[in-house]
Amino acid sequence: MNDGLGAAIGPVRRMPPAATLYDKLWQAHVVSEADDGSSLLYIDRQMLHEVTSPQGFEGLRRRGLPVRRPAAQLAVADHAVPTRWTGAPAEAAIAEPQARAQVALLARNTTQAGVRYIPLADRAHGIVHVIGPEQGFTLPGITLVCGDSHTATHGAFGALAFGIGASEVECVLATQTLRQRRARNLAVEVSGQLPPGVAAKDLALAVVGLLGAGGAAGHALEFTGPAIDRLGMAGRMTVCNMGIEAGARVALIAPDDITFAWLQDRPLAPRGRHWERALDHWRRLRTDAGAAVARRLYVDAGALAPQVTWGTSPDQVLAIDQRVPDPAQAATEAEAQKIRRALAYMGLQAGTALQDIAVDQVFIGSCTNSRIDDLRAAAAVLRGRRVAAGVRALVVPGSARVAHQAQAEGLVQVFTDAGCDWRSAGCSLCVAMNDDRLLPGQRCASTSNRNFEGRQGPGARTHLVSPATAAATALAGHLADPRDFSHRYGAP
Amino acid sequence: MTPFTTLTSVAAPLPEANVDTDIIFPARYLLLTQKAGLGPYAFRERRFDAQDQPRADFVLHQPRWQGAQILVAGANFGCGSSREQAPWALADLGLRCLIAPSFGEIFEANCLNNGLLPISLPAAEHARVMAVAQAGGVLTVSLVDQTLSLPDGGVLALRIGARQRQALLQGWDEIDRICHEQADAIAAFESRQRLTQPWLYANELSSGG
Repeated sequence: MNDGLGAAIGPVRRMPPAATLYDKLWQAHVVSEADDGSSLLYIDRQMLHEVTSPQGFEGLRRRGLPVRRPAAQLAVADHAVPTRWTGAPAEAAIAEPQARAQVALLARNTTQAGVRYIPLADRAHGIVHVIGPEQGFTLPGITLVCGDSHTATHGAFGALAFGIGASEVECVLATQTLRQRRARNLAVEVSGQLPPGVAAKDLALAVVGLLGAGGAAGHALEFTGPAIDRLGMAGRMTVCNMGIEAGARVALIAPDDITFAWLQDRPLAPRGRHWERALDHWRRLRTDAGAAVARRLYVDAGALAPQVTWGTSPDQVLAIDQRVPDPAQAATEAEAQKIRRALAYMGLQAGTALQDIAVDQVFIGSCTNSRIDDLRAAAAVLRGRRVAAGVRALVVPGSARVAHQAQAEGLVQVFTDAGCDWRSAGCSLCVAMNDDRLLPGQRCASTSNRNFEGRQGPGARTHLVSPATAAATALAGHLADPRDFSHRYGAP
Repeated sequence: MTPFTTLTSVAAPLPEANVDTDIIFPARYLLLTQKAGLGPYAFRERRFDAQDQPRADFVLHQPRWQGAQILVAGANFGCGSSREQAPWALADLGLRCLIAPSFGEIFEANCLNNGLLPISLPAAEHARVMAVAQAGGVLTVSLVDQTLSLPDGGVLALRIGARQRQALLQGWDEIDRICHEQADAIAAFESRQRLTQPWLYANELSSGG
């Protein structure tokens, strides 16, 4: 295998065939190819967390194998950790015994293997998909995996990043490789510009709605176009984060000057001579003109409104000014059944205006929407206002660094003045396996990524929205359009 | 991994699209760090009520499908979270084969890594198999012959990658295979990459890797 960059020897220089960004990243990591069409792919980086790594470390012990490249791994606890602390966050201070044991096991496994573990009290602590980029562990051009389906988040940097299972985590710890099949390319071309009050999250939800929950299975998404070029890194991460909700393990955005400026001087980013050399390499990570793709999806960003999910699958999504669908108007009986089932779980009547749906809670956080830009968007709506009576609003930063920045900018004051509950970093109410969860029947407007049955607690009802829509909903007490709360809107 | 060769069993029907891994294995049980014995938590909310009493209407609780080793599910089965607890829990329930029009990709890979055979069928064939399952019929899966046999004498072809089929038939372990077959190729890749992209190795000892 060559890395695709070698020139032909001799007087005639052959142009390499036009390739997509995904094709280039793939080809540059092929260790060997098997005759059944699969490839052994080299994995440059792996992120580890407490839920999907203990079985892998146990497997290595059973096999008597070491971690092949400890420096290529980075570990942090996020899923099981509490977000409310009486003192400083500390592993030993986790009240729930199972969670305490699980986090302690991650610390012990990684420390014994020589893998860097970020303690709960560390300034670098936070959600895996927030801190990987923050630390510069995530870089353009690399392959990156994590035992978490939202790993495509890192694709926003032009990294070939995808979620894997625990057996595969063990395989990467042992061999730094995975056997994979190449996906087909699906180009998502986003023209125009997101209107004020419409965010990257709304684009992500709209794309999931267009593709369907399994519609992009077997495909690698690449987002391109003027609307994507204008997005900051937080927005790009939000867009790539939700690729899996359309069935795509991989979502990509080509790195550009915005990416490079964002990464420069991050703790683990290349420095000096290495930085210059890396930049040279990274600038070539673009889809060539004329590269063949299997499918294309066109989206006009300018035509989008704030989106909200009404059902129990992320593709059951509509613009905020719409009404809950009627199964009687479904095209097929299978579709009608899906709608009836979702409405029964969600406790909704067909035809109800989305903005008439009252909520009990609002959650602003998760690997989808917990970065400083997300908190700024929420704070812009909340500033000088109060959360509606009877609504509990939880704001959970994605990392300690985000929390620190929010404090420095006065955003924490805005949230607490509005009556929100400001917490420490963690996955929190995105996944009901820590202290933050809903009671059966409770309804939540959430900036997270999944509205599955039971995702926020058994019987809990979730509506996925952007940070601005979540903030507007907290103020109104029902699903609300952030454009009706016009202060100002930062860049989407 | 237990080898998979042939299997004959009643097949439990679950005709619902987008059954995600949160439904298959609810998040609150993810605090458990072991692989074994997760069956009691599989489909927890569907199988048990709020008082932890078994729900009689759940398919695997109905007499004709008790002990089923095959589950016939709807499209995009196992979408969502990457949690491998989902296939571990299904296998612990006694399931050895899942049949659906399509699967969540991470879930499908996780099944293959645990000797749980995922079979994707085109819509028309899937509808036939679902009808058999709903009628309480018995299916025979042969990975040896790559066939799925129906009670009416019909035989459907199974499509599965050659490497994956071989691994399932032999009960081979992927990590063992890579260690034995690919060690030199991996080392060569790293040597090459260390020269072309040295910044990826800047945080390691030069003898590392």
